[in-house]
Amino acid sequence: MEAALIALGLSLKVALWATLVDLVLGVGFGYLLARGRFPGRDVLDALLTLPMVMPPTVLGYYLLVLVGRNGPIGHWLQEHFGINLIFTWQGAVIAAAVVAFPLVLKAARSAFEAVDLQLEQAARVLGVPPLGVFLRVSLPLAWRGVLAGTLLAFARSMGEFGATLMVAGSIPGKTQTLSIAVYEAVQAGQDDTANLLVIITSLTCIVVLVAANRLVPNRAQGAA
Amino acid sequence: MTISVKIRKSLRAGPRSFELDAQFESASKRVVIYGASGAGKSQMLKAIAGLSKPDSGLIELDGQTLFDSSAGIDVPARKRRVGYLFQDYALFPHLNVRQNIAFGLQRGLWNPSAKADSEALRYWLQAFELDAVAHQTPDQLSGGQRQRVALARALIAEPSALLLDEPFAALDPSLRVRMRAELDALQRRLDIPMLLITHDPDDASTFGGEVLTMTDGAVAGEGA
Repeated sequence: MEAALIALGLSLKVALWATLVDLVLGVGFGYLLARGRFPGRDVLDALLTLPMVMPPTVLGYYLLVLVGRNGPIGHWLQEHFGINLIFTWQGAVIAAAVVAFPLVLKAARSAFEAVDLQLEQAARVLGVPPLGVFLRVSLPLAWRGVLAGTLLAFARSMGEFGATLMVAGSIPGKTQTLSIAVYEAVQAGQDDTANLLVIITSLTCIVVLVAANRLVPNRAQGAA
Repeated sequence: MTISVKIRKSLRAGPRSFELDAQFESASKRVVIYGASGAGKSQMLKAIAGLSKPDSGLIELDGQTLFDSSAGIDVPARKRRVGYLFQDYALFPHLNVRQNIAFGLQRGLWNPSAKADSEALRYWLQAFELDAVAHQTPDQLSGGQRQRVALARALIAEPSALLLDEPFAALDPSLRVRMRAELDALQRRLDIPMLLITHDPDDASTFGGEVLTMTDGAVAGEGA
């Protein structure tokens, strides 16, 4: 039981951090793709959406190549900061963040595109600088859509398996998240543990979904 | 007001291309630019406000150069100090009447509070009989109230000129007559220069001042 709770705690920690990273980057890139006019916009959109269609193991492999000890980013981090991400919970955060990122990006992009351009223009004419227009008009009006995508990303991060296993491995108490613990338990024939983990996972998912529904009231109610 | 506009802009909407070539000068405090929809009036008004950038040309308002392609001058919209009344008012749907009107008084990164209060705000709420609806959001207002909120929002910052994009098109006929009279009185009282674009000949004849006609992207001539 204790091991299961540790795995749950780790899953929540990894998912929360991954969601936070995705929220910041997703809002930034979502707004850029919705409003920016620059060459290569479609290519950027495709690249950022790639994690949605690629197998998580392939993404995990890419991450290993990039942030592994011999990868360009990994080597640089090791050299300058003494940081190693492979087989750490921070590595699991990166894996989960990459896999779940398109969910926030897509939601944010369409939410920003749905904001009436005239409202942003009205704010500009009223003397508000670009960052003010974003914070005072665009973001509050797109917030609901962004939030919906963020909650999906959280749920997706909670369930992340393939990329996380490749990057962070399966170290009990350190990088072994719930979904990986379930796999290990089944592989080892520990049915009791597997049952417990599966029940905990299911309950957690239900709690997250109920919370999500409360946070994002449906549009018919919210429109009044 | 002396306004001097001499701009060119190529516009493309799908297969259709359009050449805006507007050239006019006026010293009147009331200028009406009359033309059928699609004649390029809105584009020209947006260019004066700094919301769309002409390919080339010159825009001067009260001796100040707002745009001059040959000198590389392009004053950003937020620094042009013009009021702009959008055709459907572009009120901020997430803010109440108070916040909408006070929007331009606060130029920073945050919106005015829902209980915003200042002498100027009190003046405009009273002048436009909006006290009773000050806490309501735009979707709870009547057409006439919406227009008054939009006018107050534009005028509270004391712009050097007011640009009006089809200000009466969204109103039903009886209200249209009343709002024309209101705007007429307002212009007399504030003595603020107004530039109004419309496709309705009645607007041109009742609002008076100097009437210019715009056809196919060009300001053709005087009189109407």
